[in-house]
Amino acid sequence: MKFDTPAGQNPIDRLKVVGQPTDRIDGKYKTTGTAPYAYERHDVTPSQAYGYVLGAGIAKGGIRGMDTSIARTAPGVLAIVTTLETPRMERGTMNTAYLFGGDQVQHYHQAIAVVVAETFEQARAASFLITVDYTPETGKFDLAAEAKSAKPVKGDSGEGSGGNGEERVGDFEGAFAKAQVTFDEIYATADESHAMMEPHATVAAWEGDKVTLWTSNQMITWAHESMAKILGIPKANVRIDSPYVGGGFGGKLFVRADAVLAALGAKAAGRPVKVALTRPLIANNTTHRPATIQRVRIGATKDGTITAIAHESTSGNLPDGDPETAVSQTKLLYAGANRLTAMKLALLDLPEGNAMRAPGEAPGLMVLEVAMDEMAEKLGIDPVEFRVRNDTQVDPHAPDRRFSHRDLVGCLKLGADRFGWAKRNAKPGSLRDGQWLVGVGVASAFRNNMVMKSGARVRLDEQGTVTVETDMTDIGTGTYTIIAQTAAEMMGVPLDKVVVRLGDSDFPASAGSGGQWGANSSTSGVYAACVKLREAVAQRLGINSADAVFEDGQVRSGNRGVPLGEAAQGGLTVEDTIEFGELSKTYQQSTFGAHFVEVGVDVHTAEIRVRRMLAVCAAGRILNPKSARSQVIGGMTMGVGAALMEELAVDTKRGFFANHDLAGYEVPVHADIPHQDVIFLDEVDPISSPMKAKGVGELGICGVSAAVANAVYNATGIRVREYPLTLDKFLDRMPDAA
Amino acid sequence: MKSFTYERPSSPSEAAAAVARTPNAKFIAGGTNLLDLMKLQIETPAHLVDVNGLGLDTIEPTPEGGLRVGALVRNTDLAADARVRKDYAVLSRALLAGASGQLRNKATTAGNLLQRTRCPYFYDTAQACNKRQPGSGCSALDGVSRQLAVIGGSEACIATHPGDMAVAMRLLDANVETVDAKGSSRKIPMAEFHRLPGDRPEIDTTLKAGELITAVTLPKPLGGTHVYRKVRDRASYAYALVSVAAVLQPDGTGRAAFGGVSHKPWRVEAAEGDLPRGAKAVTDKAFAGAKPTHQNAYKLKLAERTLMAAIHEARA
Repeated sequence: MKFDTPAGQNPIDRLKVVGQPTDRIDGKYKTTGTAPYAYERHDVTPSQAYGYVLGAGIAKGGIRGMDTSIARTAPGVLAIVTTLETPRMERGTMNTAYLFGGDQVQHYHQAIAVVVAETFEQARAASFLITVDYTPETGKFDLAAEAKSAKPVKGDSGEGSGGNGEERVGDFEGAFAKAQVTFDEIYATADESHAMMEPHATVAAWEGDKVTLWTSNQMITWAHESMAKILGIPKANVRIDSPYVGGGFGGKLFVRADAVLAALGAKAAGRPVKVALTRPLIANNTTHRPATIQRVRIGATKDGTITAIAHESTSGNLPDGDPETAVSQTKLLYAGANRLTAMKLALLDLPEGNAMRAPGEAPGLMVLEVAMDEMAEKLGIDPVEFRVRNDTQVDPHAPDRRFSHRDLVGCLKLGADRFGWAKRNAKPGSLRDGQWLVGVGVASAFRNNMVMKSGARVRLDEQGTVTVETDMTDIGTGTYTIIAQTAAEMMGVPLDKVVVRLGDSDFPASAGSGGQWGANSSTSGVYAACVKLREAVAQRLGINSADAVFEDGQVRSGNRGVPLGEAAQGGLTVEDTIEFGELSKTYQQSTFGAHFVEVGVDVHTAEIRVRRMLAVCAAGRILNPKSARSQVIGGMTMGVGAALMEELAVDTKRGFFANHDLAGYEVPVHADIPHQDVIFLDEVDPISSPMKAKGVGELGICGVSAAVANAVYNATGIRVREYPLTLDKFLDRMPDAA
Repeated sequence: MKSFTYERPSSPSEAAAAVARTPNAKFIAGGTNLLDLMKLQIETPAHLVDVNGLGLDTIEPTPEGGLRVGALVRNTDLAADARVRKDYAVLSRALLAGASGQLRNKATTAGNLLQRTRCPYFYDTAQACNKRQPGSGCSALDGVSRQLAVIGGSEACIATHPGDMAVAMRLLDANVETVDAKGSSRKIPMAEFHRLPGDRPEIDTTLKAGELITAVTLPKPLGGTHVYRKVRDRASYAYALVSVAAVLQPDGTGRAAFGGVSHKPWRVEAAEGDLPRGAKAVTDKAFAGAKPTHQNAYKLKLAERTLMAAIHEARA
């Protein structure tokens, strides 16, 4: 099905199942431990051996030799594959760093060997018996030091944010120089780790020259193509299966060393092999959100109309790597006749920087939305009002291009009302509650809405059960449920008459889970397949499909009603793919929100604790308010982490992230997160898809950290322009508490 | 994890003898720290002597009017004990500020005293660390040191003792009771139990090889108001950036000890006399001679302000 004109009335609009706050259909499996994750696929193939990945102990240089002789004789060892005996392997389609092979070390904890043994403990113990002769080289590890040599760069996160090296509208410098009120500051954001609960893990088994990988991956089609490329075998000889994913956040968009080394280990051992990356390898072996240094300049008239806005960002990466596209949202979020956005990239020898939840917008809004707060104060205008005043309904770079639907102002106004923004004390540092200095902050949320081609197969059986198969993934987001809701709505059956099967590369190719495009795109693919199935059913029953009403497990036409299963004599299977036309180019499609946060800052120790949070989101039709809310509160929680504690601590001398476990890399715990409110504006976006939905999975994190930082300023009168806002950065500026 | 042998002795002195006679042997109690370190091959004992079956798990009054806490009393039980809560509240609060409920259920009194540092370089076997591998150097000195010691460190090591319980025990002038392979016992004052790294950072305490902790005794109650104030980057389940254990009397006198700042719980009795003058007077004296790194210099100001918070809390 081609989607190239705005959606009209369709069966989804009945909203009997879609749009209802439905429990996860896979919830009972997850809560009873019967939803197997990759490392727990014990039943898929017998005699699984364990692989343990050894990571390089230097950040850059060569490997002269590796002595595995003692390790090979260690108890239980079945095989060892080293990087020296393996020519450097091709990279997957989306990889920057090489995953395995050759004698060069590009980054710390690059995989240099896999030890396969009968047990995990034996494999791990033997890995310690491998000695490596390195020839270390000096590397570049300090973004602040390398920023001077950074070069302008184009970049695309692959997730809907991006830009050319430098993009301009009008004359920024001229307008900024003439502006009545100006603002110019520099900020920094930290390297962050996805820190998902389930580590990267794969079970690999060869059958002749064919390999099956039971893995944990967000994007089956990318993984399929990448593994064929890396292993140098035809795609037809690779099968990927990933029905449950214990969190990804972008860290599992691309195949990683677990999949490659499980495949190599299984080949070497002549047995199926399972590999999970250990927690330290997740920080330094896989990808991370790169740190940035950002400068924002805003010029405005005294009444708060922005006349000039510039956002520049510098980040670092390995050769061939992309920049963090942190300026992307600034092209679209606010009006202003004169504009400049620019990105620079420095070469760094740290592990690969790549997509993490809302790449670009998350760190970009961490800065832009603090700058907006600072500018509002400078202008003496309420920060909500300042944002409202500079709203735009068109793409400022192409003013005849409208937003498909944009209600940022509605989010800000409703949020302000519900949060009690009017009671805010505009004078910072003036509200105290016991030991706490109390403040509130606001930020806009913005994330582009991507639509991606997505296919599905639907099968109807004689009992009237509808089975949906697509290689779409559920990374904890609720995909199983919204796909079931879509099929149930389309076919007029209850949810328990729908079976959803996901994550298998033998199923039709889907959009996959990334860039918050998954929910809208994959359900649209299921919609397309169901439209086809409805036509097939109508044809079999000899009724005009336009007259057929699918409800209550029946197909009705006039006075005639037939149980749905009757149309499925011998089974009825159809397949279709939704393909999106030019609407995403004709219109700018984005999602919007507003975050409101109240914090307390300890008057003595400067510890920051969040007290209250509210998000108002405008993201088209909400397919399942319950799982959508979970997505948003998860994003809000991650935003608190980025604001207050999350930082991969760079050892700039030795070139690695030193705090590479979950004791050192702190993420929020329950005690850090207060009551969180989420409100979805009741809206539809017919330009986005037949579902009239958009993404929310990444919108939830966008802007949260800035709202926290703005609340800290409101509480203390102290601006901290370097994330995370740990107390060591501003304790010396805290007011006397004695 | 390296393969190891394992035994369960039937008495404390047998346990001590077993560790003394076996090369590279270690005691294991709750295992909440040792097992993690063994998996990472930071600790590689050849033999484990499991002391869990030895009793040593009661809390009893002493003739001096204090409490004797068995070495194997679990952190959860110690924190919840009515006598501890009433007379040694600072200890109860310190315990509850540490780890998680699950870990406290397993962790023991003796094991908590012996937990090892959380310096990131100690935890990465590819990096130089004198504590893990004597003579290899200290990567922390010019590395990531935000969490590490500001006082009492050396050119060889700036690791901290990461615990909370020991800070309260140091404040209370507890004594560590031990037994050795010959069956003789001794008492080690908490002030002397943890050592400074000097040029032997691999040695955390003054215990002799094979010496087994059997109990910790608490002197008779001090009265006063008890405060344990732990500052960290998140609300729970994190090591202290700085912590303060304090007992303050109505007349403004009292005691104060600091965690997260040194290789041992940091208490300078000579500085405590200045408590009535306020936090700064105390920390100026207690931290005289501090040698922070660029990354952890903030801890000096934080120690002062955390003590201020503790004093404020005690007066409230």
